[in-house]
Amino acid sequence: AIMRGVPQLLSRARLVRVGFSASEPVLAVQAGILQPDKFTQTFVQIRGLKSSKVISQAPLTAVDIADSGKQLKQELEAIVGPGNVSSGESVVLQHGQDEGPHPGKSPDIVVFPSSTEEVSEVCKICTRHNTPIIPYGTGTGLEGGISAVEGGVCVNVSKNMNKILQIHQEDFSAVVQPGISREMLNQEVRSDGLWFPVDPGADASVCGMCATGASGTNAVRYGTMKENCLNLEVVLADGRIIHTAGIGSRPKKSSAGYNLTSLFLGSEGTLGIITSATVCLHAIPESVAAAVVGFPTVQNAVDTVVMTLQCSVPMARMELLDEVQMKACNEYSGLSYPETPHLFLEFHGSESEVESQTETVRDIAADNEGGEFQWAVQQEDRTKLWTARHRAYYADIALRPGCRSLTTDVCVPVSALPDLVTATKADIAEHGLIGPMVGHVGDGNFHTMLLFDPADPEEFRKCKEVANKMARSAIALGGTCTGEHGVGQGKMVLLEEQFGKDGIDVMRQIKGALDPQQLMNPGKVFSRN
Amino acid sequence: MALKVLVGCKRVIDYAVKIRIKPDKLGVVTEGVKHSMNPFDEIAVEEAVRMKEAKLVNEIIVVSCGPAQAMETIRTALAMGADRGIHVEIPLGQMDTFQPLHVSKVLAKLAEKEKVDIVMLGKLAIDDDANQTAQMTASLLDWPQGVFASKIDKTDAGLEIIREVDGGLETIRTTLPAVLSADLRLNEPRYATLPNIMKAKKKKVVKMKPADLGVDMAPRIQVVSVEDPPVREAGQTVSDVDDLVAKLKDKGFSSA
Repeated sequence: AIMRGVPQLLSRARLVRVGFSASEPVLAVQAGILQPDKFTQTFVQIRGLKSSKVISQAPLTAVDIADSGKQLKQELEAIVGPGNVSSGESVVLQHGQDEGPHPGKSPDIVVFPSSTEEVSEVCKICTRHNTPIIPYGTGTGLEGGISAVEGGVCVNVSKNMNKILQIHQEDFSAVVQPGISREMLNQEVRSDGLWFPVDPGADASVCGMCATGASGTNAVRYGTMKENCLNLEVVLADGRIIHTAGIGSRPKKSSAGYNLTSLFLGSEGTLGIITSATVCLHAIPESVAAAVVGFPTVQNAVDTVVMTLQCSVPMARMELLDEVQMKACNEYSGLSYPETPHLFLEFHGSESEVESQTETVRDIAADNEGGEFQWAVQQEDRTKLWTARHRAYYADIALRPGCRSLTTDVCVPVSALPDLVTATKADIAEHGLIGPMVGHVGDGNFHTMLLFDPADPEEFRKCKEVANKMARSAIALGGTCTGEHGVGQGKMVLLEEQFGKDGIDVMRQIKGALDPQQLMNPGKVFSRN
Repeated sequence: MALKVLVGCKRVIDYAVKIRIKPDKLGVVTEGVKHSMNPFDEIAVEEAVRMKEAKLVNEIIVVSCGPAQAMETIRTALAMGADRGIHVEIPLGQMDTFQPLHVSKVLAKLAEKEKVDIVMLGKLAIDDDANQTAQMTASLLDWPQGVFASKIDKTDAGLEIIREVDGGLETIRTTLPAVLSADLRLNEPRYATLPNIMKAKKKKVVKMKPADLGVDMAPRIQVVSVEDPPVREAGQTVSDVDDLVAKLKDKGFSSA
């Protein structure tokens, strides 16, 4: 009863002991923070009491802290097995750092559960210990989503939970655990003539892609993760296991209840842990053709895109590479494209459909000052044609060996793209940075790879400045501060600007309802208050 | 002058599966394990289909030797574009002693029976890495062979083949009929699409036994044992250069 009356601990304090003083009606609380190198906090804000003041403060002994950490570890080991709990330095280091430029904080403990039930028990234990829970898939995110900013337990759900649970060829769907990556899923279903079309840059966990609302180069025709997820099995902070579209449900559509799938999709681990996902598969197209065409300006390229979409050509891929990116690709892959903006296109359909689509787009491109229209049908020729686009990231890093990239990610209505790209390029030049651009131009989504020297914090600051300016411009143009990568830590302020206080407050209320102790991936997406 | 091609396909454990040795140490675990078409055979089928699309070939017959599940492999080849199939049935129990020489004899008999112009195989199967069947088949038929092919072109007299060899690339010319085997860089195989998978179900597949072709199944090779590679030993951390030099001397790597 006393425990329940002590919410809202000021930081990640954990209740160690509670007692009453004999002489005064005072609640004496000893609280400790799980990380042994932090000092203890013995002042706790207690709701319901008329006043609370610090009677005395004394640091908890190292033994006290070690004991509480040991206790947590023992309870976790009892659930997942001692071999599946680790606080080893290299293990926690790996589990706090994703592939983005932001340095991540390590969790205190990493656990490797083998089933949804184990995940549920782990969450119950963490709830009892008031310890943060950070879900971990493949660690391929770009926004610091797995950084354990308040320490806690990292739940690696991909190592041991790596099965494809079901494949439904006739219904075009599959049910996968977090350890299945998108390439693994594709490998499995291609012999049935099916494929999973959402293809972000990394070979990410499919469940992780649900957590970030990922997307890729095929979104213009096949949709993002949002359009390709039918159901999610989620474990909440208190250990409850729910199915967002119904238990075992996988119909193509449903009007039953609140759309919880949409709620959890893109929630970046702040509402629960995704332990399995039911995703849509598509038929491998009968015929595929690839084409590359250069333009004098970005405006020309985007005009081509807009007209193509207005002609309802069902484009499978429309990627824009600016002249800086083309130069990088030429140097890295030994190609000889003209250093001007280029469109990389892919057509899917029957042989006759692909032929007629290609003709239509060839004409539109020519009308917009398009240059030579190179195209290919054979698998290896298409692969060669798309090499430039596929190796874009590495080509960029090679422009300045030793540097890293702050990859921006904004999405605007397609018509606003030329203005935003022009303004961004001017900004990049003004700051003296190198920033090649690659865009899923059919969606109005583009990325700049702002290169910085990791040893030069000033350069990183400049990159952040350009990135934030770009995001704000995108919001002003009716777009969003993140098209596919998620908010993580870096864009929390931008999210508030995009939604306004009331919008974020509604998100806070929902989070408060599902995660009252604020344990699920704290410090992400939006601030506590 | 359209040609007829016989393509051989083998059903093997999928390349991505982690192989486990059977407790009796005479083979690997195959039950319940994912199987698929040998990747080099996929390349062989793809090449035959491209030759058909280029109107050089007018019929592709796919053959696979194995138990009932070999039908899956045949259907995949049919879905990629082969015209009809032959399933040479080998009971599951006999698969352990069914060896490349037997396959070569089967293929040679079928090549003659079907009067084909080209026998097209993968250069090796990823389960036994034998790299024998194409060569033995050519020998049994007394046909020229173009193995490790990375490019195949039709000439007036027959075929011009670029082969991948240790020193680089070798170009040879053969007459027809000939036996070819596909190397990795010959092409990138297509994925079977759903409409083609459905069409493939209607294509004809004939079943027969090795005895029907007069092939003697007695094994010539006996597998004595199959073992895991030795477990990697833990490394040793050395404290400084002197320590390293001393250790190298100990292990006999340095005479100085």
